[in-house]
Amino acid sequence: MSDDIKPRLRVPATAKKGEVVEVKTLITHPMENGQRKDADGKLVPRLIVNALKVTYNDRPVLNAKLEPAVAANPYLSFFVKVEESGTLKFTWTDDQSQSWTAESKIDVS
Amino acid sequence: MTGFATAAFTTLGRRSALMAIAGVVAARHAWATPDATRDWLASLAKGTPTAGKVTLKAPEIAENGNAVPVTVSVESEMSEKSYVKALYVAADGNPAPGVITWEFTPLSGKAEVSFRTRLAQTQKLVAVAEMNDGSLYMASHEIKVTIGGCGG
Repeated sequence: MSDDIKPRLRVPATAKKGEVVEVKTLITHPMENGQRKDADGKLVPRLIVNALKVTYNDRPVLNAKLEPAVAANPYLSFFVKVEESGTLKFTWTDDQSQSWTAESKIDVS
Repeated sequence: MTGFATAAFTTLGRRSALMAIAGVVAARHAWATPDATRDWLASLAKGTPTAGKVTLKAPEIAENGNAVPVTVSVESEMSEKSYVKALYVAADGNPAPGVITWEFTPLSGKAEVSFRTRLAQTQKLVAVAEMNDGSLYMASHEIKVTIGGCGG
């Protein structure tokens, strides 16, 4: 199952100095909320992506703390203000401390 | 003709049986209540939020509670002097009140976020924004859910 977990990003490749750009992210993850029962009637244990950390040139931009009430394949979108060219770095972490990263470069003119 | 009527009757019977099961499932959970939601928010954001500055956009009616799109924005210049520090989103009719917490920095540029939430039943979403000076603002939005996303 873990092999199917893939982050996806939509980040503009270029921006003007000082521009506030929209960033869209999605990670394919079932987000087991710990309420669901399997075919045998046993409770499926909770296993969700509980955090997303975003940095730009290693400076913190934004953090999100997810609860089981976030839908499966969590789609999160937000904004970043870019003053110089750099790399946006994303890190998702799940309940078992497994993490996935993704990066995207923005060319600022 | 008789067969048709019987079929219709059976469907009706099945539906009420399902409703009964749904009722049992609902009773089993310790559901979040408006009080629990307020407590959850109060444990994160100290103080009393005032209405305003926060805009919560979500559908009035969600046919499928499994993935309800929500956009929350907070009025702020997002400068070093004045920015939104955190945004807490809760739902008062799910098994647990918490939905998502966002932490911003002035680098965020704009305090506007979108995500998709699971809603088990018709309920109210509440968003509380915490500014860097400690002041709190809030907004809420009632969503009618046709099919719950509890996954029971």
